Amino acid sequence: MSYYQRDMECASRETMRKIQTERLAGTVAHAYKNVPYYRALMDKKGVRPEDIKSPDDLGKLPFLSKDDLREAYPYGLLAVPLSEAVRIQSTSGTTGKRVVAFYTQRDIDLWDECCARAIVAAGGGKDDVVHVSYGYGLFTGGPGLNGGSHKVGSLTLPMSSGNTERQIQFMCDLGSTILCCTPSYAAYLAESIISQGLSDKIRLKAGIFGAEAWSEEMRRDIEARLSIKAYDIYGLTEISGPGVSFECSEQTGMHVNEDHFIAEIIDPATGEALPDGSKGELVFSCITKEAFPLLRYRTRDICVLSRKQCSCGRTLVKMSKPMGRSDDMLIIRGVNVFPSQIEAVLMHAGFPSNYQIIIDRVNYTDTFEVQAEMTPEMFSDTVKHVSARENELLAAMRSMLGISPKVTLVAPRSIARSEGKAVRIVDRRKI
Amino acid sequence: MVIEQLSVFVENKLGHLSDIAEILGGAGIDMRALSIADTAEFGVLRLIVSDTRRARELLAEAGCVVSVTRVLAVSLEDRPGSLAKILRALSDAGVSVEYVYAFITQKQGNAYVVLRVEDNARASEILEKSGACAGGEGDIFPL
Repeated sequence: MSYYQRDMECASRETMRKIQTERLAGTVAHAYKNVPYYRALMDKKGVRPEDIKSPDDLGKLPFLSKDDLREAYPYGLLAVPLSEAVRIQSTSGTTGKRVVAFYTQRDIDLWDECCARAIVAAGGGKDDVVHVSYGYGLFTGGPGLNGGSHKVGSLTLPMSSGNTERQIQFMCDLGSTILCCTPSYAAYLAESIISQGLSDKIRLKAGIFGAEAWSEEMRRDIEARLSIKAYDIYGLTEISGPGVSFECSEQTGMHVNEDHFIAEIIDPATGEALPDGSKGELVFSCITKEAFPLLRYRTRDICVLSRKQCSCGRTLVKMSKPMGRSDDMLIIRGVNVFPSQIEAVLMHAGFPSNYQIIIDRVNYTDTFEVQAEMTPEMFSDTVKHVSARENELLAAMRSMLGISPKVTLVAPRSIARSEGKAVRIVDRRKI
Repeated sequence: MVIEQLSVFVENKLGHLSDIAEILGGAGIDMRALSIADTAEFGVLRLIVSDTRRARELLAEAGCVVSVTRVLAVSLEDRPGSLAKILRALSDAGVSVEYVYAFITQKQGNAYVVLRVEDNARASEILEKSGACAGGEGDIFPL
């Protein structure tokens, strides 16, 4: 069994508690001192940094959520001077405003180490060719796995997403051994490789797939079609990016990098902390971050934590795959989409707010349609004019969401309502 | 002659067009001419009817998106070359035609074309001068 950082990944519970206790106290003091926004929240709750003596005291700290990130946008939660921050990554916010997260060089190094652990857990080493087909740019997927692969010392192929022909050509020519991308893109690549009769030419042995929900059935299917072992990886931009937790050879949940992020499960309705093994909302407290040290950040992902002994030897707590959300966020083709964003675009473009989002999964790829209601003001006797409105709406959606839905204009009042309340989201995906 | 045309947004959905036709038929509204422009996603149904105002009200009540456009209806002889003459006269004068559709009338030997142009008055004038029209527009629903 190989590990990237054995001392942390296999630390005893006592050692880990000690590390967490020390680091948590340091981070709380740092956030209180340098983030006026969080200091105000703590003051309001009547909690002082010295009240947090161990992870048992986490419950005394106020929560942070995406709403706080929007409120404090853009620099309100930055805990270091601009001169110390070296990177920004970004993800969707709930309404228009994106979430921005900051990193110092040390933050990037630690994030890369988290991803390196995931690569090593998937069997990666110095001799591997790591093929990164996650998007690069503001999205954390590409930069995270890229950095992790460097730390491991693997040869890194920064492919980014798209251009499937070129992906496959490089995979064949350069002998990629580990593929990193969304599970749906892995399934799509597998299908293309098989249909082109190139299965014999690829040398993949493992895949690290995350950023969207996928089933055990889909895992087995990808594994069979690419002759690989497929590993799940989890993360979110607010906390760092991919590598907050990662799967090992046991494939029964993802080990949380507890020396950097303390995980809690809470009741999403009351905010009360629940014991290990309960199903509830996952909350993370960063304990090593300098630039963006979010404490008790509510992920809205519904999960279960398990401390059952793992056959891989790691002692890091395991989280289940997210089983749902405690808000209305959708993950479509790996991208976070909030219905409120779609509503904002429609209103801005002059369409009524009665819309419907229809999501399905065809050949492992998400299809995404937004139906908007036509109005007499929008309508005209010429097709050219109506098509132009449709295209404007499509461009505005793409710009807001970062992915393109199919936009369909429908007759007014034709969108189904149930008991007077419109059904906004029809998610037909069977994951 | 300038007449009113009813345009209706038609979703590309089974039964939507028949719903519209039934509403008009049920109210005793007569259709004189009809054309549909379609894309993969939707269609624009264009109608010349006996009672534009009433038809518009009924369709709007039924939840349709409707608009009324003033278009040019030109009478011409129902024989080869008639339409070509009209279109040539317009293009020679630099007038673009957005869309056109034709129908014949109950009167033997007579046909109509409905033209959508930017400036109805100017196009009328050009056509009158060209002598390409047949005149006698009594059997189309007047404005």
